[in-house]
Amino acid sequence: MTSDATLTTDGLPPEGRGRVLLIACGALAREIIAVRDGNGWDHLDLQCLPAIYHARPEKIVPAVRAAIEQHRADYDRIFVVYADCGTGGELATACNELGVEMIAGPHCYSFFEGNKAFNALDEVTSFYLTDFLVRQFDAFVWEPLGLSKHPQLRDMYFGNYEKLVYQGQTENPELIEKARECADRLGLKFEYRFTGYGDLTAALRSA
Amino acid sequence: MSDEEDDIILSELNDEDLVAQMFDDLYDGMKEEIEEGVNILIERGWAPYKVLTEALVGGMTIVGHDFRDGILFVPEVLLAANAMKGGMSILKPLLIATGAPRMGKMVIGTVKGDIHDIGKNLVAMMMEGAGFEVTDLGINNAVEAYIEAIEAEDADILGMSALLTTTMPYMKVVIDTMVEKGMRDDYIVLVGGAPLNEEFGKAIGADAYCRDAAVAVETAKALVARKHNQGASA
Repeated sequence: MTSDATLTTDGLPPEGRGRVLLIACGALAREIIAVRDGNGWDHLDLQCLPAIYHARPEKIVPAVRAAIEQHRADYDRIFVVYADCGTGGELATACNELGVEMIAGPHCYSFFEGNKAFNALDEVTSFYLTDFLVRQFDAFVWEPLGLSKHPQLRDMYFGNYEKLVYQGQTENPELIEKARECADRLGLKFEYRFTGYGDLTAALRSA
Repeated sequence: MSDEEDDIILSELNDEDLVAQMFDDLYDGMKEEIEEGVNILIERGWAPYKVLTEALVGGMTIVGHDFRDGILFVPEVLLAANAMKGGMSILKPLLIATGAPRMGKMVIGTVKGDIHDIGKNLVAMMMEGAGFEVTDLGINNAVEAYIEAIEAEDADILGMSALLTTTMPYMKVVIDTMVEKGMRDDYIVLVGGAPLNEEFGKAIGADAYCRDAAVAVETAKALVARKHNQGASA
C-alpha cells in the first residue's frame, strides 16, 4: 500500500482496471480499498488526489475536474468520493455539470459518522480526526498551522473548541493513544468514537 | 533574526527609518518591538491616528498583500496581527482621548453553528485600524443577536463570517429576516469566509463578498461613502 506521506502529497494513480473509476481524496485511500476489497467489488478502480488538498479546498474542484476529463473516456462511469470538503458547493456544481455523482455530505467526518447521525449530533465545538488524520496529524494540523515554531498561536486556532473527537474507522489502540496525545497537544478534551466506514460503504455499493 | 538586526536600537532611528523598521517588525510578528515603536512615535509627538495609519495599518497592508499573493500563510498573518494588536492596545485609549476620523460603525460576528473566528478577528482589527467603530459579537450568533446589535449600535455595516459550508447558508437567514423586517436597505451587509465566493454573496443578497480583511476595509469605505452620498442627494 502506498505510504501516507505519498497519499498526502501525490495521491494514488488509477490501476487501469475496472469499469468504474472512483476519484477520491488521498485521505480516504485505505478506507476505500478496505471496503472495495472486503466486498469483492472488482469493478471499482481508484484514483486519489493529494490528501493535503484537505487543507487547501480551493484546489479540489480544478483537480477533480481535470481528473474526470482525463479519464472519463476510459471508464463506463466515474464516482467522486469527496464530500463538499469546504468547496462551498462548487464541487457539487462541477459534478452536476460533468454528469458525475459524488458522495453526499459536508465532509468525511460526517459520512463516516453517517450523515444523518452526524447532523443530529450538533457538535459545534468539536475538532475531528479520522484514522488518516491521526496518523498524519503533524502534516495536516501541527505543521501547516505553524504550531511547532509558534506554539503561542494554539489558542488562537483552537480556543473556541472544547474537545477532539477521534472517529475510528478501524479499532486500533495505538491510534487511539496517538489521538489522545493530539488532543493533549491542542489543549482539548478527548473523545473516541468508533464509526467504521459509515455511509462510505453504501456510497461505494451504488457507485 | 541576525545579530546585526538585533543591534538595531529603535529610539536611535529617525521617523522614516523607524516606520520602515516597524513595517519589518510587523511582518515578522514582533509584538514587543511594535509596542516600543508606537511608544517612541507618540513620545516624538506623532498623533495617535497617524501612528495607527502610517505605521501599523501601512505595515499590515503589506502583510495582507503578501498573504493574498501566497507569500505569507495564516501563521505569519496571525503573528503580525498579534503584533499589531499590541500596538493598537496602546493607541486605543489615546485615539479616544484625542479623537480620530470616524468612518462608520460595524457590527461583526461569526454565524450560528460556527466557532471559527480568525478571519473575523482580522477583519475587525483592520476595520478598527481604518477608523471604523467595531462591535464584535464573537462566534455562534443567531439572527436575533445580529438584529439586536445593528439596531442598538445604529450600525452602518453588518459583517458576517463563516468557515463551514454547513453554516454559510445561515447568512441568508439573517439577510432574509432583515428584509422581512423592512430594515435590509438601512445597512451595508458584507460577508466573508473561506468557502464563500462572490456568487454566493450575490445569491444571498449581501452587498459584497470580501475575500480578505484588506478587501473588507476597501469595500466598507467605498460602500459607506456611496451611502453617505446617496443620503446627501436624497
